Amino acid sequence: MVSTTTTLEAAYDSKIESNVIVTRVDAAMNWVRKNSLWPMPMGLACCAIELMATASARFDISRFGMEVMRFSPRQADVLVVSGTVTYKMALAVKRIWDQMPEPKWCVAMGACASSGGMYRSYAVLQGIDQLIPVDVYISGCPPRPEALIAGLMRLQEKVDTEHALFDQKRSMFARSM
Amino acid sequence: MAAADDVKWIRETFAEKVLETVEFRGEQSLRVAPDALHPVLEKCRDELGFAMLLDISAVDHLGETPRFDVVYELATLDDSKHLRVKVKVAEDEPLASAVDLWGAADWHEREVWDLMGIGFVGHPNLKRILMWEGYPYFPLRKDFPLAGRPTEMPDVAFTGVAPMEGGPFVANTGAPNAVLREPRSHASD
Repeated sequence: MVSTTTTLEAAYDSKIESNVIVTRVDAAMNWVRKNSLWPMPMGLACCAIELMATASARFDISRFGMEVMRFSPRQADVLVVSGTVTYKMALAVKRIWDQMPEPKWCVAMGACASSGGMYRSYAVLQGIDQLIPVDVYISGCPPRPEALIAGLMRLQEKVDTEHALFDQKRSMFARSM
Repeated sequence: MAAADDVKWIRETFAEKVLETVEFRGEQSLRVAPDALHPVLEKCRDELGFAMLLDISAVDHLGETPRFDVVYELATLDDSKHLRVKVKVAEDEPLASAVDLWGAADWHEREVWDLMGIGFVGHPNLKRILMWEGYPYFPLRKDFPLAGRPTEMPDVAFTGVAPMEGGPFVANTGAPNAVLREPRSHASD
């Protein structure tokens, strides 16, 4: 016999009401990802000094959950290319990018990493986007820490609008049909 | 002994091997024949007290023969006197290495080799220092374009050609005001 009271308990329980959040899986994943971006510092020139300043007490990117600088690409989410990428260094940067696990993002910090900057020269790669897909470009030579923070917040916005699981599900359904 | 006396002494010791001596604003320079380079440098270190090699640089006089100038900057440890020794050298003609005299010559000579392509006989490890091993050009030579040349070495490195966009952007140092002194392209002039 099914009693009406058990049905009512399953439909509504005041004890668990405040502990349940209704959301999409994508949104929950993105929320987790964007608030815990672990940067991999790729310090190649003077931009790296500003990157260090951004990480230290005065500017403090731990306010955005990004203070966990990892010097191993295998534990990092964001590659911050900060500085001049010479051709001699270029494939080393690419190798580090390849070693980072998905999902991963890349920030081109400053004029040099974005476009070669003032180095129109035989020795300098004219923008890291020739080797690596870049999510955010930050202007400046070098950019102020505020600019880097603004760029990383822009990256957070981007991470927040991704549809990773949604797209994956859709492609799965498309294949099974 | 001041640097001017040193120059005189070298001149007397090496006679016709010293091709030219120049004094300019108290700086002493002398030009020697390539075969006398190593003996002159050795005497400078052992007899005249130039215990320190500050720098080796090279100048490309494209169109002249011999083509290159190699310049040695010497100093004493107490910095009381400086001496500049120059030697003319042709393309594909190596010089005697100074690594046995000053350890500092090691990386300087590698740099000269890397960027100018001037070899040094007796260098213990003459390979490129700034560009990667296998790069086919000597980029500081005058006939090498500033924008570079495309190269490809799979799994090691590659280079492309930089977009000059009307550059290089050169400051106009003699201009009367700050606006005109700004670095800008002179391509349209």
